[in-house]
Amino acid sequence: MKVIKINKENWAGGLEKSKGSYRLFGPVKNNELHEFKQLDKEELPDCDYFNTRLSPKSIIYPQSETMFEFSLDENREDHHILKEIDTDYSPRAIIGIRPCDAAAFLLVKRNFSTPEYKDSYWLNAYETTTFIGLACGNPHDTCFCTTTGCGPFNEEGLDLLLVDAGDCYFAKTITSKGENFLRAAGWDAGTDVETVCEQIKTMKQEAEAKITSFVATDKLKDKKTTDLFDAPFWEETAFACINCGACTYACPTCWCFDIQDEVSGYSGIRIRNWDSCMYPLFTLHGSGHNPRSTNMQRVRQRFMHKLKYYPDRYGEGILCVGCGRCIRLCSVNIDIRRVCDLMNSYEVQVTSD
Amino acid sequence: MSERGAKIREISERLLKEGKIDMVIGFRKGTLPMMNEPCLVKSPEDVKNLVWDSNCGINLAKYLIGRKEKIGVVAKGCDSRNIVTHLIENKIKRDQLFIIGVPCEGMIDRRKIASMFEKEIKEVAEEKNKIIVRGSGFEKILEKSEVLQKNCAICIHRNPVIYDELAADIVKEQKNVDRYKDVRQIESMPPEEKRDYFNDLLSPCIRCYACRNACPLCYCPTCFVDESRPQWVGKGIDLTDIKTFHFLRAYHCAGRCTDCGACERACPLGIDVRAFTMKLEKDCFELYGWEAGMSKDERPPLDTYRPDDPNDFFK
Repeated sequence: MKVIKINKENWAGGLEKSKGSYRLFGPVKNNELHEFKQLDKEELPDCDYFNTRLSPKSIIYPQSETMFEFSLDENREDHHILKEIDTDYSPRAIIGIRPCDAAAFLLVKRNFSTPEYKDSYWLNAYETTTFIGLACGNPHDTCFCTTTGCGPFNEEGLDLLLVDAGDCYFAKTITSKGENFLRAAGWDAGTDVETVCEQIKTMKQEAEAKITSFVATDKLKDKKTTDLFDAPFWEETAFACINCGACTYACPTCWCFDIQDEVSGYSGIRIRNWDSCMYPLFTLHGSGHNPRSTNMQRVRQRFMHKLKYYPDRYGEGILCVGCGRCIRLCSVNIDIRRVCDLMNSYEVQVTSD
Repeated sequence: MSERGAKIREISERLLKEGKIDMVIGFRKGTLPMMNEPCLVKSPEDVKNLVWDSNCGINLAKYLIGRKEKIGVVAKGCDSRNIVTHLIENKIKRDQLFIIGVPCEGMIDRRKIASMFEKEIKEVAEEKNKIIVRGSGFEKILEKSEVLQKNCAICIHRNPVIYDELAADIVKEQKNVDRYKDVRQIESMPPEEKRDYFNDLLSPCIRCYACRNACPLCYCPTCFVDESRPQWVGKGIDLTDIKTFHFLRAYHCAGRCTDCGACERACPLGIDVRAFTMKLEKDCFELYGWEAGMSKDERPPLDTYRPDDPNDFFK
C-alpha cells in the first residue's frame, strides 16, 4: 500500500492532466443539487459536498441504455437483425465518489456477474472505471453505513481513497488501477506513510463516531422467510407508501430493469430502462394476472429483497450500504431503518388454540 | 403538543370507542425533521400516535380511494376539497366518512428551509407563527409565513369545505392573494422561451412518478404512461416522453386540481410541477369561474355544457 500527498494547489492541474487518459466524472452542483456528471475540459468536481441527491449508479448503469439497433426496412439485407451498438468503453474515473456508493457496486456485481451469466453492458462499464473515493468526514443523521458492513472510510470497491486534510488530500492506493490513475495525474509526492496512516486512522475513527444511526441485522438470517413474509406489520408499514419509484431510483443497490424496443420510422433501438418493484407493471403478467397487485405486496418485496432474500442467497450481508437516500427522498417518510428493526426483532406470536 | 393534535386524538378516540368508524387516517410523527407519515389507526390505544403540525402536507384524500371501511379522515382545506372531488367522481361514499376537519395555517417548505442552512438540520419545532430550526451549533427562529410551501402561501381555502367535526376554530382566510403571478409570467413568454422553460424545468425528472402517485386525482387503474397496448409513451428518459407525461397528466387534472401541492412536495428532485397544474387551474377559474372541490352538488366544468361557455379558442 502506498500513500501520497496531493497539495490542493496541484489538484486541478493533476485532474486536467488525467483527462488525457481518462474520462472524468465527478460531483457537480446543479440547481442546489449535487449530481455526478462527466467533467468538461477545465471543469472541476465540487468535492465540498455531503452526497449527491441520486446515487452515481447511473454512470455504470444508465437509467436508459441502448443495447441494440435494428432496421425494419425490408429493402435492407440486414433488416430485423439486432446489432450491438458501439459504446465508448475507454477508461473512466469517478472522482470523489463516497465509499458507500462505491461499495454498492460490489453488492450489485453479484447480480450482474455470476458464474453462469455475465452482463457485458454492466461489466464493461464497471471494469473500465477507476473509483477514486472521497472519505466522508461529515456524515448525516440518515447515514447508517457503519452497521451495513460499510463505513465513511470504507475501502472496498475503491481503487484509491482520498482523505481531505485541509490544504491537501492524502491518497491511499488500494489497487493497481488506483496507482495508474495517480501516475496519469502526475501526483507522486511521497510522504511519511506511517504518520499519515496514523492520521487517517484517527480521522476515520472520528468520522465513524459521527454516525449515530444504526440498524440491527443480526437476527435476519435466522428468521424463517415465510414468517417474515406473513408478519402482521406489513400493512401498517406499507400504508403510507404511494408506490412511486423514488427510493428504488435513488438507491445505489437497486438494479432491476425492463427492456423495450423503440422505433422511429424504419429504425429501431432496443433499450433497457431502470424499473422498480414499486410499480404494479413490474410484475404484471401477459395473462393479466398480477402476483403483486397490492401496495403492501410491493412494499414487502422491496424490503424482503434487500434484507432477507439477498442476504440468504449470497450470505454476505444485506443489499444496502446505509447511504440513507431512500429515507431522505421518500415523500411519506417510510424509513428502512424502522422496517429493518421490525423485521430483525420480529417474533412469531404463538397462539394456544 | 399542538392543540389541533390533541383535538384530533380526542375525536378519533371517541369515534373508535363508539364504534362509529373502523379506522382513522391521519399523520404520525416522522423519523426526520419536517416529516410526518400518513398512518392508519384502528384501535383507541393507538390514537396517541396521531399528530398535527406544519408537516402534514401530504393529501390524505389519496388514501381513501376505493376503501370499503368506515373511515375517520383528518382533512385540512385542500384535503377536504379533494374529498368533495372524490364524492363527485364516486371514489368514496359520503356515509363512509367521518371528516375531522382541520382549519389549516399552511404547511412549511422543508426543502426551502433546508437550503437556508449550510449544516444539517437536526430538529425543527414550532410555536405559534414561529419555526425554530436547530442543528449542531446553531438555532434560528424563522417566521412561518416566510417558509410556507408555495401553494400554501397563496391558499385561499384554508378551512375545510366539508366536515363532520372541526379540530379547531375556523381560521381567517388569506385575502388579496395573487394566485397566478407565476402562471402569467410563463404565459407571457414567447413560444421558444416557453419551450426552453419547460425543458429546463423537466430536465432533472427521473420518471419516478412520485408527483402522480401523491396526487389524489391520479387513480386511473392503468395510467396512460403504463399502457402497453397501445403504448402511448416511450419508457426511457427521452425529454419528449417526459414532457408528454407531465403535460398530459396536468390536463387530466384540469378542473379537478385543488393546488394541494402534494405533487411538488413528493418530487424527490424538487421540480416545480405545479407550473403545469396551476395554468389549468387558472384557466378553469377564468373561463368558468370554477374552483375545484368547493361543492359536491355542482358538476365540474369539463363534464358540463352551458350555452354561454366561452369559445374564444375556436379560430
